[in-house]
Amino acid sequence: MLAGSAGPGTALAMRLVVRAAEVTSAPRLLPITGAHVDSCLDHGQASLDFIDRLAVGDTRVAVPTTLNVGGIDLLHPELWRGDRELAARGRAVMEGYRGLGCRPTFTCAPYELADQRPGLGEQVAWGESNAIVFVNSVLGARTSRYGDFLDVAAAVTGRVPESGLHLSDARRARLVLRLGTDVPDALLDEDSLYPILGAVIGRRTGSTVAAVVGLPAGLPERRLKALGAAAASTGSVALVHVVGSTPEAPTLAAALQEGQPDAEMVITLAELRSQRTALTTGTGSRVGAVSLGTPHASYAELEGYMALLGEHRCADTVELLISTGRETLHRAEASGIAAGLRRAGAELLVDTCSYIAPILRAVNGVAMTDSAKWAYYAPGNIGVGVVFATTAECLASAVAGRVVRDDLLWGEA
Amino acid sequence: MNAGAVLAPGSAAGSAVVLDEPLSLWGGLDPATGRIIDTHHPQLGVTLTGRILVMSGGRGSSSSASVLAEAIRAGTAPVGIILGEEDLILAVGAAVGEELYGVQVPIVVLDSASRTQIRSGDRVAIGPGGTVTVGPSV
Repeated sequence: MLAGSAGPGTALAMRLVVRAAEVTSAPRLLPITGAHVDSCLDHGQASLDFIDRLAVGDTRVAVPTTLNVGGIDLLHPELWRGDRELAARGRAVMEGYRGLGCRPTFTCAPYELADQRPGLGEQVAWGESNAIVFVNSVLGARTSRYGDFLDVAAAVTGRVPESGLHLSDARRARLVLRLGTDVPDALLDEDSLYPILGAVIGRRTGSTVAAVVGLPAGLPERRLKALGAAAASTGSVALVHVVGSTPEAPTLAAALQEGQPDAEMVITLAELRSQRTALTTGTGSRVGAVSLGTPHASYAELEGYMALLGEHRCADTVELLISTGRETLHRAEASGIAAGLRRAGAELLVDTCSYIAPILRAVNGVAMTDSAKWAYYAPGNIGVGVVFATTAECLASAVAGRVVRDDLLWGEA
Repeated sequence: MNAGAVLAPGSAAGSAVVLDEPLSLWGGLDPATGRIIDTHHPQLGVTLTGRILVMSGGRGSSSSASVLAEAIRAGTAPVGIILGEEDLILAVGAAVGEELYGVQVPIVVLDSASRTQIRSGDRVAIGPGGTVTVGPSV
């Protein structure tokens, strides 16, 4: 491949993989069974220049490869409220990756697709921080943190450096995070605890592999998804073991691979409260927008929104934006859930994300979200003030047009 | 000064800009201007163009590789980078910048004792093999 027998684009990909192997001191390359590529999001002319160069010689991916979000919603381009040239370049980058033979999923939650769930111990190359932490932690497959360019280089060559989280030793928990005994049981049964806890974990661990102790066993995937996405926003978390819930952590001893941790810390109720407060940056009670589906909502999550909305409709002054993957949307359109959500006043956004693309109307009031990741990035990226709340509170606020939030459970009424 | 581990090859010289905190280039560097735009960063507004960027780490955002490559294309990138820890993401960004635009931005990992001797404004040269020399302020 390096010599160019498979074409100049493939040779370029191999040079990048070899450089990565040198940088990470990998003794050899490993074959992978699949990839998830984040490079299809436009970050400037260099994004387009790279895919154009990579494609030379009819380059194809060597393994089944899904695509992360791009710059625009290709199915609903009318939602774009920005510069037309930027939209054209965003589209060209996305089409370029499709041209390599990648599946045009354009979702940040590829693990919601039934056939993109690699198994325990399977070697893969994934980009997108929340997808990386999910595939490593929840599915137990193995990927390092692959960033732009390297994720697609791995997909094209079918190879990754044998280093980092591809190896068992690097997956051992070095840090134990114990949930404080002052955290009430009622909170453990609240969905909104998990993104807040994830944000605390990210701050505490950085890139260290941690094991979290003290949560109920067998946590549902939606909670692990929210926890991981938050941890990968506030820290460089690529793998977190949730003891009793994730496959490499049936017990704390298993997560530690029978070794000793370097450190053990307690996460207190006060710290969780303080993180919850920090996720809210907006002030005032008028709600201009509500954003759900970061990471992209699963079909079950869409059903959940519908059940919470019931017969209610969101206020005319509120833009209710729900992000999901296009394959999930197709299913929701077939079942009628999509029509129900639209009747309630929701806009369904696919292929992209409402904090990276100019989608929201001029927001008159705060933007509410149930996602710690959205709350973390949106103020800097699109300049909105955010109120973080539960999914139910976000939807109740969308209907009321003002912030509806119950602080009682957090003891802060 | 001890030679550092080379994450991206090349030679460069320029005035050092030493960051007090790690910077994620994604969301932290505007490749159109070369300025720091992270509002939480203590050196908000500082220009990195043409300088030797010195920081403990890259804070690892996976899109930082694209921002570095775009800054190299636009001619706004630092001419060299000295880090306190390995950063695969920046290494790949520099590799792509070289592949696409023929510009080398050397990246070297330096031990903490050597790295912390460097002050903003020092004349710093990165040589082949990861050698780093520090001259008087310019």
